[in-house]
Amino acid sequence: MDDFKQLTVDLIQAGLRAKRFSARELAQEALRVAEAGNPSSGVYLGLTPERALAAACRVDAELAAGEEIGPLAGVPLAVKDVIMTRGEKTTCASRALEHFVAPYDATAVERVERAGAVIVGKTNCDEFAMGSSNENSAFFPVRNPAAPDRVPGGSSGGSAAAVAGGYTPISLGSDTGGSIRQPASFCGAVGIMPTYGRVSRYGLVAFASSLDHIGPFSRTVKDSALLLGTVAGPDPLDSTAASAPVPDYAGELDAQVRGLKIGIPKEYYGEGLENAVGAKVQAGVDLLRGLGCEPVEISLPHTPYAIASYYLICTAEASSNLARYDGVRYSRRSESSGTLRDMYRNSRAEAFGPEVTRRIILGTYVLSSGYYDAYYRKAQEVRALIARDFAEAFEAVDAIVTPVSPFPAFKLGEKTSDPLQMYLSDIYTITGSLAGIAGMSVPCGNTPEGLPVGLQILTNHFQEQTMLNLGHAFEQAGGFEG
Amino acid sequence: MKITPEGVQHIAALANLRLSATDIERYTQDLEEILSYVDQLNELDTSGVEPMAQVLHEGNAAQLRTDERGRSFDQQTALQSAPLPGEGHFKVPRVIER
Repeated sequence: MDDFKQLTVDLIQAGLRAKRFSARELAQEALRVAEAGNPSSGVYLGLTPERALAAACRVDAELAAGEEIGPLAGVPLAVKDVIMTRGEKTTCASRALEHFVAPYDATAVERVERAGAVIVGKTNCDEFAMGSSNENSAFFPVRNPAAPDRVPGGSSGGSAAAVAGGYTPISLGSDTGGSIRQPASFCGAVGIMPTYGRVSRYGLVAFASSLDHIGPFSRTVKDSALLLGTVAGPDPLDSTAASAPVPDYAGELDAQVRGLKIGIPKEYYGEGLENAVGAKVQAGVDLLRGLGCEPVEISLPHTPYAIASYYLICTAEASSNLARYDGVRYSRRSESSGTLRDMYRNSRAEAFGPEVTRRIILGTYVLSSGYYDAYYRKAQEVRALIARDFAEAFEAVDAIVTPVSPFPAFKLGEKTSDPLQMYLSDIYTITGSLAGIAGMSVPCGNTPEGLPVGLQILTNHFQEQTMLNLGHAFEQAGGFEG
Repeated sequence: MKITPEGVQHIAALANLRLSATDIERYTQDLEEILSYVDQLNELDTSGVEPMAQVLHEGNAAQLRTDERGRSFDQQTALQSAPLPGEGHFKVPRVIER
């Protein structure tokens, strides 16, 4: 078999067609690698061997019968454990749902399996996707494949580490304020937050509904393009899934990037940006210039207010979304449930970890009587200003290029004692989330310490093709892949 | 904005969360720190700015599906992760005295 840890969708499909390996052998290898590596890496919360082998056997049967195989046929894929997989546990890395078995498949899951993908397991993450380091998992942390004493980023740390650490060539994660892009940058993977509404959220356990997205991780931009194309598109089960047609992202990847105007927002290159990261990103901008793109200095003046706006909106939405974990229907119930009220209060106290509790309290506070206008409404007005900054910028430029995170992967435990410091690490990703635009992290080399750095490419609503084309051209020219 | 332990206790009750005394102390401090950070939003004059209450964009609004009866769960599926199912129901502590 080809080197399993370096496989891409193209290599797998070529291998299957040339009969160098079967889909079943590939699935078995993915399961073997997972079992061997997981005790030290913490990537998976659970494996799905029966489901994986059944999917692989279907692909092998199609190949044997000479039938057309799907665009992701036989490709092992890991799914963040906040995305529903029917008949499998979906825990959200929370004690609240430790024993919860999903009664249905997310639309994205249904679509990847229809395309022939082989779901190997459910990946670790921050509890209910709340966190930037994966340390809020109620079960165990994930280690960064590039440096095991460091975090993989979060909240989709397991899905990023799965791809970068050699477990699966592609995975699905979710991004609310940077939860795909930041771990992609920390681990050295490609990761995409699509435009809000581009991918159905049906079956994504809700955290902050106006900010939640499902998106892909991969080793190459092309594979993310393929995976995005597979899961994108309207869905009668999600009224926010947009009706805009889905382009052939992977097919159009080689389109010309020469002449594209690249906005360089000065607010993203100032105080707080570590030199080692800034140097790599600057080199990345120079590389794009070398490809014929035209960097243009721009300003997104409301950037400094993004974190405050985001943490008011996301916690408000979270406090109402997480009200459903009442210990009655599917979440943990406390042993001390003498009265109904005790059942609610004790069950929820036992179910949620400290960060989730903190956000429910903050969100409840900002929505409570007398504070709504001062906090929640104000945050939504500022959100409108941030969205307007981007709208005005995109009148002059085709894409915006920035760092993904001000620093590379930090050490486990380094930031856990200070919630506000942890929030501030999302400064460059949160703005795009608030505006509802598309963003990706593409690897742009390592710091002198050997830690991966990601370049963020942002494009306007539904302009994923331009973002992917830039990412692809960048990757090909830079030789960063693998 | 001064946050008091009593205030946090009240919020926790609204959110149906039982907190220990240590928790209350900790979240009082956290809440105060976070709220004083978000106070910077008041530097911005937002009079006349429409709050961004939804994210979908013109021309891409989703289409509402027709109102038809569709797939649903059977009782067994709906109850499969219930902490205390019984007689086809979710069982909860008694709320009405006989």
